[in-house]
Amino acid sequence: MNLVALATGAFFGAISRFAISQWTKTIWKKDFPLATFVINTLGSFLLGLVIGSHLDSTWTLLLGTGFLGSFTTFSTFKLETLQLVQNQNRKTLALYLGLSYLLGISAAFLGIIVSLNI
Amino acid sequence: MLYVLVGLAGILGASARYGLSLLITHFAVGTFPWATLSINLIGCFVLGYATHFLFKTALLHQYAMTALGTGFVGSFTTFSTFSVESVELLRAGFYGYAFVYIVISLFGGLLMSYLGYALGTRRLRLFQKEDAS
Repeated sequence: MNLVALATGAFFGAISRFAISQWTKTIWKKDFPLATFVINTLGSFLLGLVIGSHLDSTWTLLLGTGFLGSFTTFSTFKLETLQLVQNQNRKTLALYLGLSYLLGISAAFLGIIVSLNI
Repeated sequence: MLYVLVGLAGILGASARYGLSLLITHFAVGTFPWATLSINLIGCFVLGYATHFLFKTALLHQYAMTALGTGFVGSFTTFSTFSVESVELLRAGFYGYAFVYIVISLFGGLLMSYLGYALGTRRLRLFQKEDAS
């Protein structure tokens, strides 16, 4: 049961990330990796909500480990950062790194706080 | 079709993440998030290597590349767990651990992507030389 929950969440998490990044490519032409940034910030907020809500283990595996774990990504984030380093795109690099870490962690914090107050 | 493949590869990536994190957590001591850190660092290397070697050869079909890179490695690594764990360390008063976790993720992740890129680029050159001869 637990593995089914994990797999179901992961399936839709990966597809949602892929769909958002494909769609973003059609409307956003700037160097800033907007899709990964939005996905990681939103996912951090939602995981904060899930973890703070102390759901039972099946729901945590489905929504947290499965869906949000697969929805957000670290490897693409770093590869995009490396590309900005290599292209010497310093302004976008600083903005991408700073905003990703600052807003990602703040969003997770906010998610936990919100879940504790509802 | 491509979306289904990305989703299926995502299941494998998430299962590998879950299995490895259970294994690492079993052996790890203390409150430091070793599991997520190791998983993210490994994933950065693999994606860097695959992107700069494997995906530049004609060894894989376009769909297989997207399934492997976006589906498998993308789902294997995770940012949301990193964020939540950082907050939990801060809320529990482990400021030193939180600082080390964030700094290693930031610079270590970048270093692993770079290593993947550098080794992949070298491997690609050797591969192309073999191909030409």
